[in-house]
Amino acid sequence: MSILINKNTRVMTQGMTGKVGQFHTLHCKNYANGADCFVAGVTPGKAGQSYEGIPVYNSVLEARQQTGATVSVIYVPPAYAAAAIDEAVEAELDLVICITEGIPVHDMLRTRYKMQGKKTRLIGPNCPGLITPDEIKIGIMPGHIHKKGRIGVVSRSGTLTYEAVGQLSELGYGQSSCVGIGGDPINGMKHLEVMQLFNDDPDTDAVIMVGEIGGSDEEECARWIKSNMQKPVVGFIAGITAPAGKRMGHAGAIISGGQGGAEDKLAVMEECGIHITRNPAEMGRTMQKILKG
Amino acid sequence: MKIHEYQAKEILRQFGVPTPRGHACFTLDEAENAARELGGSAWVVKAQIHAGGRGKGGGVKVARTQQEVRDYAGQILGMQLVTHQTGAAGQAVRRLLIEEGANIAKEYYVGMVIDRSRQRVVLMASSEGGMEIEEVAAHAPEKIHKVWIDPVAGLTDAEADAVARQIGIPAAALPQARACLQGLYRAFVEKDAMLAEINPLVLTADQRVIALDAKINFDSNALYRHPEIVALRDLDEEDPAEVEASKFDLSYIALDGNIGCLVNGAGLAMATMDIIKLYGGSPANFLDVGGGANKEKVTEAFKLMLKNPGLRAILVNIFGGIMKCDVIAEGVVAAAREVHLKVPLVVRLEGTNVDLGKKILAESGLPIISANNMADAAQKAVNAALS
Repeated sequence: MSILINKNTRVMTQGMTGKVGQFHTLHCKNYANGADCFVAGVTPGKAGQSYEGIPVYNSVLEARQQTGATVSVIYVPPAYAAAAIDEAVEAELDLVICITEGIPVHDMLRTRYKMQGKKTRLIGPNCPGLITPDEIKIGIMPGHIHKKGRIGVVSRSGTLTYEAVGQLSELGYGQSSCVGIGGDPINGMKHLEVMQLFNDDPDTDAVIMVGEIGGSDEEECARWIKSNMQKPVVGFIAGITAPAGKRMGHAGAIISGGQGGAEDKLAVMEECGIHITRNPAEMGRTMQKILKG
Repeated sequence: MKIHEYQAKEILRQFGVPTPRGHACFTLDEAENAARELGGSAWVVKAQIHAGGRGKGGGVKVARTQQEVRDYAGQILGMQLVTHQTGAAGQAVRRLLIEEGANIAKEYYVGMVIDRSRQRVVLMASSEGGMEIEEVAAHAPEKIHKVWIDPVAGLTDAEADAVARQIGIPAAALPQARACLQGLYRAFVEKDAMLAEINPLVLTADQRVIALDAKINFDSNALYRHPEIVALRDLDEEDPAEVEASKFDLSYIALDGNIGCLVNGAGLAMATMDIIKLYGGSPANFLDVGGGANKEKVTEAFKLMLKNPGLRAILVNIFGGIMKCDVIAEGVVAAAREVHLKVPLVVRLEGTNVDLGKKILAESGLPIISANNMADAAQKAVNAALS
């Protein structure tokens, strides 16, 4: 088991004929069951083409009807990416993973508004995607650092997620699923919703939660964990040394109006029973200590 | 992206928000001419810098004669204005706004930001005009009234009037307040703003509602569709190193430490700063080279870090996903050679093609200190900076 995706998931790539879309679709297709999982591409006006044996369709709806794919991954450039999400939501896909970085915030506000009451879940934007090791990888993470196992990972960052995964794998702990929820201020699934799925997943024993400065996503998740989570959670927050008022690379990583600082987040997380570490090199070992009791 | 007060007011006027009449000025003659052209018997001389708190720092003066306008302009133009937002060094004043004086009866605060949890634009309003909203939030949160705006309906007449009443705007002035609030919202959405504040919004003695001050920050991800906003950018107000970095698509923020960091990914870049601090060192910068770093980008990143005369060591921390370690290793070696690197260089590579990357570093003949993991890298960088 795993959360959100597994080897039976069928995926289409939106933005299939672009360089980025092709590069990552090929890597995903070559990972584990990818050849069975990646069944369609979508680029308006390019129907009839194919890439690496994957047929391209004009629309998400058409790709869904022709192939049965219910999940999409988006590599469309930022100016058109919100519309690509809208199209996937209209086609009633189960899950949309938007990798694209740099989508205007107001576009995402409108897209999230339209998603209200719809069945589609969104991961991202500005995220590495998600992976269920040895089954399926949807996104831009390096597959080889992952190992099948029973630890869940949820994070707002890309490479810092790889760091957490790398530490776990090195210590012999595999992962059930790893989810990058993205670094934008307005996004889809948050730590809290992913944590709920891990809590319900019988094949996840514990979770590493990686956050960063900005917003209050981690605090909201921590409060939920305090009263609901039945599995141990290790937490790290990046940006203890980040100055206030500066956007630290990610659009959402900013301490503004005295809100969203790392120390405040860590304090709430600790109070809610999360095993926090202030050392990003110790995420794996902190988990090891807990699991060994 | 930030702009000046006079530019923000110009935008608000386009959306029907009344402001005092005024002119941006760069010289004393322009300032005096502006006062003459505006007429009246009182003028406000306002320093135009991007930081807030200008009044307390001596950057805003009320003049009663045209000569006083010139005198104050002379004091303010060219001064290093220090406010709680500028840091101790202050910010040089290069522009002024000369405005007609307003006869203020009452001051209010109105502002808009994006509420990340609710995923809506939120209007915040308070009777405590002139005070920073953070301060009001800390001491008198009950005085802040909020409206989460429906993106389809926009800010409705009823919502605008209700919030105006809550902050104490008299009934006779409600239509004007409504125009201000709705204009602010339309400007916020149409110009892709991240933050917009009118502080204070004032009621004048003759019962007019006007924006006495204005601040708008824009979403840099949306600037591609706003050339008119890009044209307002004032590079003098920005950190020169950050401006230089942005030309090469590098995300760079200068800090006050002595260990330069070059990292791929924003989260890992922050975590690298954090671990340097944790191991007793001090990071000199935040630098995210992004997913597509090549030799040119790495070289520019090195040059940026080396502009800091206090730099004692460089830590390169790469977890290759999209980025291949051998490509970054070649970039690091070429960059170190090109800039004739004198400070110790610690490199930690992990991820795609890591073995090839380490081999390139080892065979380069350069005195590169190789690290096996993040802790090792931080410890070595901290030690190198001390030696």
